[in-house]
Amino acid sequence: MTAELVRGQNHPLTQTRLEIRVSAGKPVVAGATLSDEQGTVQGAEWVVHPGSPTLPGLEVSKQAAADHRLAVDLGVLPETVHRVSVLLALPVGVGGPVCFGAVAAPFVAVTGLDGSEVASYTITGLDAESAVVALELYRRQGAWKVRAIGQGYAGGLAELLSDQGLTGAAGQLAQAINDAVTQGLARSVAAPPPRTSDETRVRTASPGAGATGAGGSGAQGGPGMAQPPAGSPDAALSAGSVSPMDPRSAASGAQPAPGGGGAPSPGGPVNYTHPRRQTAAPPPPPPTATPAGSGQPVQPVAGDATGWSMEERLYNQVWGMFEDLARTAAAYRSAVDFADSRMEQELDKALSDPRSRIGGTGDAARAAARAKHAQLVDQAREVLDRDIAQLRAEADVVEPALPPAYARWDNPVWHAYRAPTEIPMALRLGDLHLPERTDLRIPMLVRLPLERGLWIDSGRSSSATTSFADSGQLRRLAMDAAVAHAARLIAAYPAGEFTVHVIDAAGSGAGPLAPLVAAGVLDGPPAVGAAGVSGVFAKLTQRVDLVQMAIRSGATDALPPDLDTAQQLLIVNDFPGGFDDRAVTQLRYLADEGPDVGVHLMLVADREDAAAYGPLLDPLWRSLLRLTPVPDDHLADPWVGHAWTYEPPLVPPGSQVLHDVMNQVAAARRPWNR
Amino acid sequence: MTVNMTKGQAISLQKNDGGTLTAVRMGLGWQAAPRRGLFGTRTREIDLDASAVLFADKQPVDVVFFRHLVSDDGSVRHTGDNLVGGVGQGGDDEAILVDLQRLPVHIDQLVFTVNSFTGQTFQEVQNAFCRLVDETNGQELARYTLDGGGAYTAQIMAKVHRAGSGWQMTALGTAANGRTFQDLMPSILPHL
Repeated sequence: MTAELVRGQNHPLTQTRLEIRVSAGKPVVAGATLSDEQGTVQGAEWVVHPGSPTLPGLEVSKQAAADHRLAVDLGVLPETVHRVSVLLALPVGVGGPVCFGAVAAPFVAVTGLDGSEVASYTITGLDAESAVVALELYRRQGAWKVRAIGQGYAGGLAELLSDQGLTGAAGQLAQAINDAVTQGLARSVAAPPPRTSDETRVRTASPGAGATGAGGSGAQGGPGMAQPPAGSPDAALSAGSVSPMDPRSAASGAQPAPGGGGAPSPGGPVNYTHPRRQTAAPPPPPPTATPAGSGQPVQPVAGDATGWSMEERLYNQVWGMFEDLARTAAAYRSAVDFADSRMEQELDKALSDPRSRIGGTGDAARAAARAKHAQLVDQAREVLDRDIAQLRAEADVVEPALPPAYARWDNPVWHAYRAPTEIPMALRLGDLHLPERTDLRIPMLVRLPLERGLWIDSGRSSSATTSFADSGQLRRLAMDAAVAHAARLIAAYPAGEFTVHVIDAAGSGAGPLAPLVAAGVLDGPPAVGAAGVSGVFAKLTQRVDLVQMAIRSGATDALPPDLDTAQQLLIVNDFPGGFDDRAVTQLRYLADEGPDVGVHLMLVADREDAAAYGPLLDPLWRSLLRLTPVPDDHLADPWVGHAWTYEPPLVPPGSQVLHDVMNQVAAARRPWNR
Repeated sequence: MTVNMTKGQAISLQKNDGGTLTAVRMGLGWQAAPRRGLFGTRTREIDLDASAVLFADKQPVDVVFFRHLVSDDGSVRHTGDNLVGGVGQGGDDEAILVDLQRLPVHIDQLVFTVNSFTGQTFQEVQNAFCRLVDETNGQELARYTLDGGGAYTAQIMAKVHRAGSGWQMTALGTAANGRTFQDLMPSILPHL
């Protein structure tokens, strides 16, 4: 059982003979220092480094390398040694990266001699540092423990060593180490070939198996589809409640890409890439905000967030804005609530004080209470306005910079739409805003592939804006919204990697569906009647079953060749019209099992219509992300739980953008004959 | 410059150059005390927890602790729960970061507490300290050592409160008993 350490965490070591594996992506120097009970390194002879690679109980590599194995035998270390610090440094003067911020986060693992991992640690958060203390092994009451350190030094090895107590000799020793490394490089036959980025290596491994056996997950292993960062809040956004991140989402994202991580095709090169680390190439530096003059807020720029690509940075920036707005609104609301309750108490007190009944003292006390209230509310409003102005300025630069999948339909980027070659990491499902400032709209981005089905609610909601619309109008609006979402999904996926099926049992959705039908981007004409319903379900249920079986048994290349490997979306209009019990059961099967194998659901339904099923369908409704065709405040953010007003991404009235984009998709699909 | 504070001592959180602090970190570090006896190597792990309670005019408004790591307004952040303490290196085992500029306007006091979640008393803890660091430059402003180590399971460490336009810190160091900050509320209120 491996312990994945975080910075500062420790873990007991039961063995004394260990190996420490380092993997850094770029050549680094690995070394170790020994220190006594006080944490001091006694002298240069207590440092193991490429120039002096062995000491009793310790051995390091003589060269800089992207991967290291340090041999450690804690049992033969001198009694006076109480701590072994494992350090990594970037070699100086060899034309490599100069700071750890420019390389992938180094990964360090402590393993037994049999290769079993005891503890591992990924050193994140490094920036300008060029040397880092990765781990320390320390003696504690006769037993050894390992602790994740991750302490970086911008001043390089010299600063690291002097911090360990080698004050006098640190600079000299650092120089000696670096000389040894550069000599080692000169002695080696040739400089190591530049590391190809991991995505190209994945590709070399997949031809053959990938084409037939992608099993709906083919797109997931594609480049640019980074794993969600730990604690990514997107899955927590749910209708009215905050749910923990669905573990299935991780599973679906990390599904072994057939031929890639799962079963290497015979003869093909084995893929050694870290399954969770998608690329080792350093990202281009993010655009940074230009420093503003004193007193002026910093001018925001689009993409001012962390990420491996502009797309990921924009995604993180949008989520950062979302969190900031949630929190600043929480501060404001909390202050106003407090001011209200304080004023109420003070007014009550003034009222109950017998002295206030004579003369003007009561009025004065009430006026004072109101003035205190107004002052605090004004202060809070001032802070809120300042923060919102900053977010507005950020939104003004971010919104025009968004790629199509993140952009509103009225964004000009859609006019230049071309079918993408890889799936985007997220999709905009609409806009979110708070009553404090209704014109500050945050894009609601969810990760692709979808982790939950969508439910476009065609029923009446509590929101006042829907009261005018009669039931038929709402159903029509709901289908319009569903088509707008589906068109986005179709446009976001590369040509031929997204198949849409429609069940429209009563045929009532023909009008809104016309743009999709006309462009020919659906799998077939919308299925009508009971026979149509069962036909579509038979096909999709069989697909889910086959792909699941194939994945479980690791035989993804045994799928029938006519199986459509694209992601599937099933749009059901007016559920449960035209459904029998069998069809309802199949629908629930797809909702539960589909997302993992690339079959997604979009239900256009009024819950009242399914009232006859009683509570039996409640789990189905809960498992879907509820969206409304009209603005409605039913979504909660994952941090504070404010009710956010959701607005669907409708196509502007009279705009041809959806037709144009669908025609582009259809044109891009023709060469594939789909 | 580090001020070693004693109980009840107040220091103003003005910088040496007269500017006010913008971000401070309350760090908590400790070590499990070795047990004497036959099985001396069997150290029991001790889980201390740092918490910060935000008050507006003596009313608790929000709390930051291991189950609520970020205050709703985002100005106070706990770096995460440490279940076993440190190894005597003097580093912070748990830390709470406070962005003084972003604290909501009605918050006028913050109280920092330490609880022993696993129930051991401070007699079994060594080298426990609480310190206040200027997060912008890493300078230690104040350090309060959990001296003695009595038979109690919690301590109300310090409070940071508004004073004029800036902030002030007062060391409290009051012993109390409780598993989480909720148990300490009666002991905190007299100090506000």
